[in-house]
Amino acid sequence: MKILIVGGGMGGTILANNLARRLAPEVKSGQVRLTMLSASDRHMYQPGLLYLAIGRMTPAELYRDQASLLEPGIAFHVDPVVTFDLDHNQVKTHSGATHGYDILAIATGSRMAPEAIPGLAEHAETFYTEESARKMCQRLQGFTGGRVVIAVGVPHKCPMAPLEITFMLNDYFIDRGIRDKVQLHYTYPIGRIHSLEPVAKWAAPEFDRLGITYETFFNMKEVDGANRVVRSEEGGEAQYDLLITIPAHKGMEIVEKNGLGAGGFIPTDKFKLTMEGRGNVYVLGDTTNIPISKAGSTAHYQAETLGENIAAIARLGAPVRDHDGKVFCFIECGRDRATYAMFNYANPPDPKPPTRAVHWFKAAYNKLYWASARGIL
Amino acid sequence: MDERIIVDARGSFCPGPLMELIGRLKLVPVGAELEVLSTDQGSSNDIPHWLAKVGHQHLETRLDAGVWHIAVKKMK
Repeated sequence: MKILIVGGGMGGTILANNLARRLAPEVKSGQVRLTMLSASDRHMYQPGLLYLAIGRMTPAELYRDQASLLEPGIAFHVDPVVTFDLDHNQVKTHSGATHGYDILAIATGSRMAPEAIPGLAEHAETFYTEESARKMCQRLQGFTGGRVVIAVGVPHKCPMAPLEITFMLNDYFIDRGIRDKVQLHYTYPIGRIHSLEPVAKWAAPEFDRLGITYETFFNMKEVDGANRVVRSEEGGEAQYDLLITIPAHKGMEIVEKNGLGAGGFIPTDKFKLTMEGRGNVYVLGDTTNIPISKAGSTAHYQAETLGENIAAIARLGAPVRDHDGKVFCFIECGRDRATYAMFNYANPPDPKPPTRAVHWFKAAYNKLYWASARGIL
Repeated sequence: MDERIIVDARGSFCPGPLMELIGRLKLVPVGAELEVLSTDQGSSNDIPHWLAKVGHQHLETRLDAGVWHIAVKKMK
């Protein structure tokens, strides 16, 4: 059996390692062939970008060589897919190679798309790539006071990022001794300050306590850099001296080019994680169109379900369980406190007050991530 | 009329039905009709409220076997 994984981010890497362990005898005997195709020879710990933007991580801490994270037995090629030929169970790559498969898993991820909002890319700071996070860090270091506006696009990767960057900026300016010279103003696309209602109910009084103002139903329409104003689809506008954005995201271009899904997001069965209409094509992480958080945690739990199911297909001929939609997201609430939200398709989250202990757990996870990627944690 | 595009947000806590709708509206042409399926009662108020603010058309809301069906037409 040939199992092909396209994408070497969190979801693809955990899935590959999970399968390599579960199917070790079959891989060793040659009954199962595990292949991963990726666009990069490096693996980035994307949640670290938030810390890089405020000067609490360095770029070197974000990366490992992808090959070093993979179990022996996984054939790894830095050779991105150019064409998905799903009717013939094969893909073609940038180098011109063709890879056939019996089972395909697509985990190509998502990318920020600030260009969809006029003026946003030119006038806002963000932290979704190393380059943009470094630039934001430098901009913050030179910022001496004024009105900071946080503006959020839809859909976006990491639903906690808007709250986290706001809380972290609050402490960042306190630490620099200029909080009294900074107005922090938070905007959010729907009628409360976070998509998760219990999180919004907890965060709003926290914002009040910290002197962070906020407005809801604010979907960016355009940024007028000359007048330092961001305007919303709802008719609102926010004046800024520094605009920080969590931009809207799209799936990868290759998904759109191959007609696999609008916006680069592939229609996916939320329980089976199969691509609609394709029983041997699985989709995980940000690449799906499932109405679930675009987050590393989502990809992690999906990869575990798929590892179990694909191994079962190889051994028993059928998958053994439906995915439950589990998500576990840390929420950094500043420099030294954090909480978390855990939920699945059936059970809403019930976030607890932030503590130092959870913050230190998150700090530890920033290092333990590499064990997660290896499929150990 | 083309068939309505279903936005199945049943059981979606995050990002939730309204955020799903906002994201999906960006991917369809003006004039397209979408129908959000939600198990969150709040959607029956939140979604029409947002549509009125932004200027998209709210076609109908109905409750069927515990699922809210909220139909929308993209106007701009």
